Amino acid sequence: MRDFILPNDRDMGTPASKSDTMVTLTVDGFEVTVPAGTSVMRASNEAGIAIPKLCATDSIEAFGSCRLCMVEIEGRRGTPASCTTPVSEGMVVQTQSTKLKKLRRGVMELYISDHPLDCLTCAANGDCELQDMAGAVGLRDVRYDAKANHFEPRNTSGEVNPDYIPKDDSNPYFTYDPAKCIACSRCVRACEEVQGTFALTIEGRGWDSRVSAGMAGDDFLSSDCVSCGACVQACPTATLQEKSVIELGTPERSVLTTCAYCGVGCTFKAELQGDELVRMVPYRHGKANRGHSCVKGRFAYGYAHHRDRILNPMIRDSIDQPWREVGWDEALNFAANRLRGLQQKHGRESIGVITSSRCTNEETYLVQKLTRAVFGNNNTDTCARVCHSPTGYGLGQTFGTSAGTQDFDSIEQADVVVVIGANPTDAHPVFGSRLKKRLRAGAKLIVVDPRRTDLVKSNHIRAAHHLALRPGTNVAVVTAMAHVIVTEGLMKEDFIRSRCDWDEFQDYAAFVTDPRHSPETTEALTGVPAEDLRQAARLYATGGNGAIYYGLGVTEHSQGSTTVIGIANLAMLTGNIGREGVGVNPLRGQNNVQGSCDMGSFPHELPGYRHVKLPEVRAIFEDAWGVKIDPEPGLRIPNMLDAAVEGTFKGLYCQGEDILQSDPDTKHVAAGLAAMECVIVHDLFLNETANYAHVFLPGSTFLEKDGTFTNAERRINRVRKVMAPKNGYADWEVTQLLANAMGAEWHYTHPAQIMAEIAATTPSFANVTYDLIDEKGSIQWPCNDAHPEGTATMHVDGFVRGKGRFIVTEYVATDERTGPRFPLLLTTGRILSQYNVGAQTRRTENVIWHDQDLLEIHPHDAEVRGVKDGDWIKLASRSGETTLRAQITDRVSPGVVYTTFHHPDTQANVITTDYSDWATNCPEYKVTAVQVSMSNGPSEWQEDYAEQAKRARRIQPAAE
Amino acid sequence: MPHASLADTQLDRLQEILARHDGLEGPLLPILHAIQTEFGYIPAACIPVIADHLNIGRAEVHGVVSFYHDFRDAPAGRHVVKICRAEACQAVGAKALAEIALAKLGLEWHGTTPNGAVTIKPVYCLGLCACGPAAMVDDKVVGRVDAAKLNRILTEAGA
Repeated sequence: MRDFILPNDRDMGTPASKSDTMVTLTVDGFEVTVPAGTSVMRASNEAGIAIPKLCATDSIEAFGSCRLCMVEIEGRRGTPASCTTPVSEGMVVQTQSTKLKKLRRGVMELYISDHPLDCLTCAANGDCELQDMAGAVGLRDVRYDAKANHFEPRNTSGEVNPDYIPKDDSNPYFTYDPAKCIACSRCVRACEEVQGTFALTIEGRGWDSRVSAGMAGDDFLSSDCVSCGACVQACPTATLQEKSVIELGTPERSVLTTCAYCGVGCTFKAELQGDELVRMVPYRHGKANRGHSCVKGRFAYGYAHHRDRILNPMIRDSIDQPWREVGWDEALNFAANRLRGLQQKHGRESIGVITSSRCTNEETYLVQKLTRAVFGNNNTDTCARVCHSPTGYGLGQTFGTSAGTQDFDSIEQADVVVVIGANPTDAHPVFGSRLKKRLRAGAKLIVVDPRRTDLVKSNHIRAAHHLALRPGTNVAVVTAMAHVIVTEGLMKEDFIRSRCDWDEFQDYAAFVTDPRHSPETTEALTGVPAEDLRQAARLYATGGNGAIYYGLGVTEHSQGSTTVIGIANLAMLTGNIGREGVGVNPLRGQNNVQGSCDMGSFPHELPGYRHVKLPEVRAIFEDAWGVKIDPEPGLRIPNMLDAAVEGTFKGLYCQGEDILQSDPDTKHVAAGLAAMECVIVHDLFLNETANYAHVFLPGSTFLEKDGTFTNAERRINRVRKVMAPKNGYADWEVTQLLANAMGAEWHYTHPAQIMAEIAATTPSFANVTYDLIDEKGSIQWPCNDAHPEGTATMHVDGFVRGKGRFIVTEYVATDERTGPRFPLLLTTGRILSQYNVGAQTRRTENVIWHDQDLLEIHPHDAEVRGVKDGDWIKLASRSGETTLRAQITDRVSPGVVYTTFHHPDTQANVITTDYSDWATNCPEYKVTAVQVSMSNGPSEWQEDYAEQAKRARRIQPAAE
Repeated sequence: MPHASLADTQLDRLQEILARHDGLEGPLLPILHAIQTEFGYIPAACIPVIADHLNIGRAEVHGVVSFYHDFRDAPAGRHVVKICRAEACQAVGAKALAEIALAKLGLEWHGTTPNGAVTIKPVYCLGLCACGPAAMVDDKVVGRVDAAKLNRILTEAGA
């Protein structure tokens, strides 16, 4: 699509060359110097001269099919295509001449002869490259009166045109109109090169060449298409067009912002008419996404104006009453009085907050400041507790800082990629596509996952090794890999000697060398064939740049922290740390998990991961805030709930998180919430937690506020306000109002001031300002005097903690075991089209791909239970039971079942237990012993819950 | 997926063909030829199976199959008669000859006679330009085809 709004956002025609050798040439008399390997087209664009083109765009390799971009080059015969001709030293290029003009007009004339001339009523009017090119080449006449064409449903005598194919509008977000297609193949190539799905092809040849999704009989929806939007982005005409543009018209302004879905943190252009969002378009200079997107960020923003959104504050005395809509003052005073009253009655420690990983850094910072400076305690926790808290602990202990070591560009230099407990093609799709691109270019892949994810085998991708371990045995597998590396002498001794603590390495080496850690011994435990594991370990240690990417399949275990430490050990053993192409990279679940952790959301840490017990750290904040800070760490989420059940924890301010659905052991969470006397939910929707709330403060979407998100690469990206908050206030303003209602006297007027306070108090953010982010596009922390422009790769010359620290990783089996009553192991995860608890994506057209949670079960396990595909089944554990439909698949191993947790009516977390990580309390979502049996309908819990939810969501109309 | 599935016996034969081509570089075209030899055409239900086996998209297989006119998506007649329509043969009367053939059979190009005896297809140059108009009957090329010769060919083929 044409880029018509932002400066410096032109389509350069072909991808940039990464060569270090520079070449100088002349284009139309202007000298230009570009890297060797650059196309003449791109070089010309660098010189500010655009060459007409149709089949070229800079997200995909040159193709040379449209013949519109031809140029004349001194000393060469004919008119070569500028897109496929690389530059050479001293080349003299002419982009315009009488001959070229004539040829280009001829080409355009042929294109237009088989294209409808309905520009005025076309959805791409004003945003069509074909239209632009017709203008650019001066097309004034079309001499061909083509009898046969592809665009008229019937000819003039009313006969059906056999070459006409009607529009395919099966995809909820875009249409495919073959009548407008010029067969440039940009969509097909984008699907292959950028997204890596290979859902599209050109069928037939010559006159019969048509874009086809899937095979004969498929439409876009039934094909392999994952609706990432890359084809729509690449299409130069209205052939692939967003339905929102068809409906609303072309946008007239554009604002750069950051996607609020997963931890990849893609940069988007929000394109608008007035304050109405027309479409989200991935930004080609976005450093995390490099112009790519997924179905969520690109299309699933409809929740922002969904009718379920609550726009007025509401209160109630108790949760059995209906909600009462009130003004902001009344709601905030009600909340403030209740909280103060609870503190007077039950003590300073009786209330707390939960910060949100979906809100901005500035908002999160204010929420933890609220509890530390206004409530006077450290009772703050965040949803990272239930996802990546073990990452914080494990990487902090071994490397000295809690963050991924690389940027996403680093994947382009990796030779061996190890993916452990992560499913990036579903949960981090844009990174998944970048990884697949690297794999197609020859990098090797090792997948450690109980389930056969798409990375193990999908179009043009095949993992070299899939270690399908039994859930809960990560530590044993990682330690066995270390055993192979150490006993076979594959470690990088010089790296270990110079960069790590040698004595600790000796202890560690002695530990892993023990034969009980050999793959042959652990095979019985893990189910991973020893030879396979040995080969994988050898590949990682000796295959060149080895990069580890991991997800919640690592952390959400009773030994989550131990596995993180084990992964760090592997990277140190093999010297795979401190340069491009290697590293240890947690794939963060939510958009701002990294940021919410950085901002001091944990009860024991002030912003920048500094313990509250340290007086010198407290002093910084005490000076800045003018208050005394409690030196005792506060309560974690599970501790808050336990204390609530015991009656000592009474009030909670929960911003942008739905702990009832997302936290384990739903019944316990419900009991905890029900025991509190003031639960304040600050959210877009009446989420599940709000069923137990007394105050509801309406939240704002990422489109309605300024701020920053920090993604999995430590990249601080700007979130920019594209429209006024529909609820009246941005979330940081609401927190400030609540604080002030409790007497805080905060006076922030813009999030930039909050960032200034963060920078002034937190060393790794010392030089971060909005101006610098605007200038650089984004900044990776640490950003301070030592790294004034931020840090792409960490631990380059030394670890943050000094010497890297090897820590022994003893495998201790989880207490959650299978037995006669619960013989199967349940593990949970997510799916491409839905996000987390689904509060956003369930309120978009994405439900077409996933309208309910399904239980994946192996054919053997299904057969012995008489379960057929699509049957209603009951899923029971020691904690509870629920019902859902079965999907029979050999993606899971026998003995393992899998489901997602996107739908509240399934409530997968009724099943999960309260076992958690030994170091951080991160819940063990990934291992639950369960039984599966046939069922007729919803479980008793589901019925009770549905009834309670319905009652709790009643809203009394406001008094006249 | 709205695709027909293969009968078990067909699937076994397909799997045998796929196994036979394992390890071959650029295996898709040889596999497609083998399938057409085995089944007489490329059943649509084979496409996802081939795609899965070669680890490529079914769209890609469809793209290749539909590119080559010799790959059929339905069984052909017992004999396939191809008449050259390239320039050299047209210059010596191939166009009229083709019209006679189509009229006699009562078919459009690519059609098959109701009794399943003959499928008629156009072809663009058989390399027999010196002896045009040229035709091809199953695997055998025939030169200097005139109306009488054509009649004889079609009658022998059982049309």
